[in-house]
Amino acid sequence: MNNYKKNLLKKRYNAERRFQWYGKIAIGLALTFLAVFMFQIFSKGYSAFQKTWIVTEVHYDKELLLIDAESPSKDDLENADYYDVAYKAMTSLDPGLPEEEDRQLIQMVSYKYETEVKDLLLKNPDFLGKIVPIKLTASDDVDQVHKGNYPRDIPEENRRVNDYQLQIYDMLNERGDILSEFNISFFTNPDSREAELAGIASSFMGTVFSILVCLAFSFPIAVLAAIYLEEFAPKNKFTDFIEVNINNLAAVPSIVFGLLGLGVLLAVFNLPRSTPLVGGIALSLMTLPTIIIAARASLKAVPPSIREAALAMGASNMQTTMHHTVPLSMPGTLSGTIIGLAQALGETAPLILIGMVAFVNTIPGTPVDPAASLPVQIYIWSESAERGFVEKVSACIMVLLAFLILMNLAAQIVRHKFEKKWS
Amino acid sequence: MSKIKAENVNVYYGSKQALFDVSINIAEKEVTALIGPSGCGKSTFLRCLNRMNDVIDICRVEGSIKMDELELNSRKLDVVRLRENVGMVFQKPNPFPKTIYENVAYGPTIHGIAQSKEEMDQVVETSLKKAALWNEVKDRLDEIGTGLSGGQQQRLCIARAISVSPEVILMDEPCSALDPIATAQIEELIDDLKKEVTIVIVTHSMSQAARVSQKTGFFHLGKLIEFGSTEKIFKNPDNQQTQDYITGRFG
Repeated sequence: MNNYKKNLLKKRYNAERRFQWYGKIAIGLALTFLAVFMFQIFSKGYSAFQKTWIVTEVHYDKELLLIDAESPSKDDLENADYYDVAYKAMTSLDPGLPEEEDRQLIQMVSYKYETEVKDLLLKNPDFLGKIVPIKLTASDDVDQVHKGNYPRDIPEENRRVNDYQLQIYDMLNERGDILSEFNISFFTNPDSREAELAGIASSFMGTVFSILVCLAFSFPIAVLAAIYLEEFAPKNKFTDFIEVNINNLAAVPSIVFGLLGLGVLLAVFNLPRSTPLVGGIALSLMTLPTIIIAARASLKAVPPSIREAALAMGASNMQTTMHHTVPLSMPGTLSGTIIGLAQALGETAPLILIGMVAFVNTIPGTPVDPAASLPVQIYIWSESAERGFVEKVSACIMVLLAFLILMNLAAQIVRHKFEKKWS
Repeated sequence: MSKIKAENVNVYYGSKQALFDVSINIAEKEVTALIGPSGCGKSTFLRCLNRMNDVIDICRVEGSIKMDELELNSRKLDVVRLRENVGMVFQKPNPFPKTIYENVAYGPTIHGIAQSKEEMDQVVETSLKKAALWNEVKDRLDEIGTGLSGGQQQRLCIARAISVSPEVILMDEPCSALDPIATAQIEELIDDLKKEVTIVIVTHSMSQAARVSQKTGFFHLGKLIEFGSTEKIFKNPDNQQTQDYITGRFG
């Protein structure tokens, strides 16, 4: 081998090695970005899954509860006055405090503390007349102090937790009367103006209903359109035109579909505003082209030899399509559908336009109840000023990501399961 | 006795003419082989016989093809009925990605040949037996057809084709993807089948044509150059081109 050939060979190997390195660097960069992104979200959001409680004692005093009956019924307990009992439970934390300063203690728990006091007695009627320990939801500010998210070194007048409250917090913390538990209410509560009570139940259900409506509208229409275009439609200028337009539709910004939903679904058809029904239909417009394109691609991928085999057996076009081509194209169609739905899942703009951005503090039971959706919830919370919502935003993003990962996993499983039939 | 009678068949793909005035008589219950170099139009002609050319949008067929007085090249013809009577076996084995049983039962199901499960079992068994596959697959009828070996797949396709008891079977190079042993099995099968059905086979293998067929047609550049008994074509052809092709001087 002469020198020229040797050099050439070396160059070729070097070029390949360089190319591989470029690829590795690209993947490394992508992974770094992903890691930074994930770290940001997790480090900010994980604390939202912890809930802070303040433990104190409550005296279910019959007199203060204004209960006259000797052995009170459920209704008596229901209608009793818990204001004083609850108030006393908090002020008993510092009996030396002058009465006009009581508010400072009350502010350390959520404004719903009275309900919590009531619920405990309703659950355990035999507590009546007794002094029992009780867990009360800490206010978002105390919650943030406990999680270490609240800097103590800023001047008192700029702080939402004053020096006195910090002192009480430290005392309670030392006594072990500040509890940190898994935050179930984050998943079971609807949205709230108070960060410590706000949860994702309403937006989660809103998302689930929207996706179901979206699936119910887009899947049948898209699959029928794809089958007709791919298997039956004559190939001419008109069908070419339709094909180009379907591809264009896939590239239309989603906010345009929101405007369409606003102008047509709400204004013309008078469908209920802020509901997953309308949101789902607006999203299905967006999902349609994605599913059509995926379904057509997977119909095209069915080997022509299968069609020929069926036709040669005397199957009609319809039978060939329904017995052979469509079943074989289903894995591709289904995974395309799930990918399309996953896109719709993360969509915010069209939902804001049809009013799913409204503050909803009830959990929707049907697709025609007002609801938010997870991405819109993220948007709403990120607009809120309270410190307590910062971690909620990240936590909500985590839930959304988990939802997305689950859906993509489902797409993989569907593809895998059906593809086994091939070989 | 003639089963299929083609007269002046011309086929066009768009503006390109693929067949020129082909006239041929295919005898009943015999094997007719069509030979010739690649692209000579023999497969195109074969696909005229069960109207598979309909699938190709730009394909146009002129002329008359009659099967027992029934005009095949007519708009009024019901291709579904035609294909029930004219089965086809393709070059590459193409069983459905379904079970062996379902593969064979598909034709009888859509054409309503077997009404009960017992009848269907019978049809499947008979068809697989005729295709000399029964002994190999009788214990695994619920396995996927595409999991069989190439030769078994092709015999499965033959079983599928004969399951609806067609009068004619068209074979488009059925052995070109198979090894010599599988080829020998298929050839044996063709010999058996011709007692009941008319077979038209397109093949690239001259020796195969010589072995299995009674009549041979030689196609070249879209024209039927010579047609006659296989013995005559291979031993003493009238046409110089046929002679050259048979002896391997071109093609």
